[in-house]
Amino acid sequence: MLKIGVPSKGRLMEKTFDWFGARGVTMARTGNEREYSGAVDGVDGVELVLLSAGEIPRELAAGRIHLGVTGSDLIRDKLADWDRQVVDWAAMGFGHADLVIAVPAGWIDVDTLDDLDAAAAAFRAAHGHRLRIATKYHRLVRDFLTANGVADYQLVDSQGATEGTVKNLTAEAIADITSTGETLRANHLKILSDGLIHASQATLFAARAADWPAANLSALAALAARLGLPVPQVSG
Amino acid sequence: MIAKAAIRAEAERLHAAFVAAGAVPVEADILLPAETLLDLYGEDIRARAYVTADPMAGEMMLRPDFTVPVVQAHMAGGADPARYAYLGEVFRRQEHLDGRAREYLQVGYEVFDRAAPQADAEVFALFAGLLADLDLRPATGDIGILMAAVKGLSTTDRRRQALLRHIWRPRRFRALLDRFAGRAPMPPARAQLLDRLAADAPAALIAAAGPLVGLRSAEDIAARAEALIEDARAPAIAAPEAALLYDLLSLEAPSRAALAHLRGIAPLLPAIGPAVETFAARLDALAARGVDVDRLPFEASHGRTTLEYYDGFVFTFAAADPALPPVASGGRYDALTAVLGQGRSIPAVGGIIRPSLVARLRGAV
Repeated sequence: MLKIGVPSKGRLMEKTFDWFGARGVTMARTGNEREYSGAVDGVDGVELVLLSAGEIPRELAAGRIHLGVTGSDLIRDKLADWDRQVVDWAAMGFGHADLVIAVPAGWIDVDTLDDLDAAAAAFRAAHGHRLRIATKYHRLVRDFLTANGVADYQLVDSQGATEGTVKNLTAEAIADITSTGETLRANHLKILSDGLIHASQATLFAARAADWPAANLSALAALAARLGLPVPQVSG
Repeated sequence: MIAKAAIRAEAERLHAAFVAAGAVPVEADILLPAETLLDLYGEDIRARAYVTADPMAGEMMLRPDFTVPVVQAHMAGGADPARYAYLGEVFRRQEHLDGRAREYLQVGYEVFDRAAPQADAEVFALFAGLLADLDLRPATGDIGILMAAVKGLSTTDRRRQALLRHIWRPRRFRALLDRFAGRAPMPPARAQLLDRLAADAPAALIAAAGPLVGLRSAEDIAARAEALIEDARAPAIAAPEAALLYDLLSLEAPSRAALAHLRGIAPLLPAIGPAVETFAARLDALAARGVDVDRLPFEASHGRTTLEYYDGFVFTFAAADPALPPVASGGRYDALTAVLGQGRSIPAVGGIIRPSLVARLRGAV
């Protein structure tokens, strides 16, 4: 069976079901409302696996599911060399969110990464510790700042309410996802003009590490035909 | 298992050679406090080292190299001068699927001695002798000359500090130099920022932006705003002086020829004079130890992309296969001893050999 991992609840699940439904593949939860099981109609040999969106990258990397729907930000942050572990099969056009670097709006002297770097050097000299950036996207943010030559910062982990860390004095700046920027503004933060790290959206991925015997490859081809997508190169 | 035993035997042979050269064997902890390494190397080290958590001691790192613990031990009460040898595993996190080894043995030799050019030559010649049969390609450089050139630039202290801070990030350094030398136009974002800053006093602009949150204070912000305005008024680094620095960054030549070239530009860039004479003294000391300095390659920018705190002589010995990491590498790290020495410092130079590569090149594994 070709296993496809889909977020197990909320808008991401509903939008995913809608996306497949619009292409003739019906997905539905089965059993009672609280039971995490589902069914796929419209294409043979495909099994639905309901998972937390945050766990789908790991399951794809391990090859325990063949296909998975999750945010492209999570794949890039959680998987080393992500494009060698999964195939970016189809951008699904929903779940848009930008991972950005934001600083207090009152930092009138800081507009770019170049400014952030200079401010970090001065901050460290004045306050005795590196400038703290709160985030949960450690790999993406660190790679981005390294590539842009920003130094004298430190990442502090924040798994939620990240916009509040600056006011609470546990960070000086943040790197977090935003769609409208409203929460940032409400917390007196602004986005750096070159601070877009990744424009994320819900994406259908295929796992290179999964088992791809002939039966699964033909199910994949049938699904691709139904979805109107090219067949992804999952092996070789 | 056989391979590991062969590598360890090679490591022990190299270690014994270091001890025979006068080094005291030292040991270092495998679990090191993460804070010290993070403060030195910045957040980048997290991509290269394994971090673990101790319930009492907080974040710890699996030893990514021996330099920091050996310097700390020396600064806490070592003899002066001193020579140390060590042998043990280092651990390197790999962020790529076909990454290099995650744990491997290093054998190292570190010299704490105020006679710097002689100590540089001692380490290089010792390594060259031990690896002589492997037909390796040596490369050398001297970050001290580059730093002296930056310190001597006729520009604002702030610009000199910004360049010095990014010596180990060549791309960033180049971008800053291009801007300070007037070779790159001011980015539009910076021009707009300056226009805004010119519109009113910093305090008024901050107030207009709404409530100021966070630890970075209005004073911090105003100070940088003033610095930006001041910098915009400062003239570009004069073209002839900038040209000398660009020339220096790309200097690659056999060592004696490089010295002649540097002596040629020293009258125009007097700040590099003492560093160039240190280079000359090192070449003499190397020649006295039998190194062929007429042919020894020199690159002024060598060693600038490492995480290390090298600030003088740097060297590597590489095998013909470009996919392999250097078989040996090292350099001078005087500034590191000052950072870790709590007010004291001592000139220091050292290097490491990867016995796994030596064993491989000798056909032992």
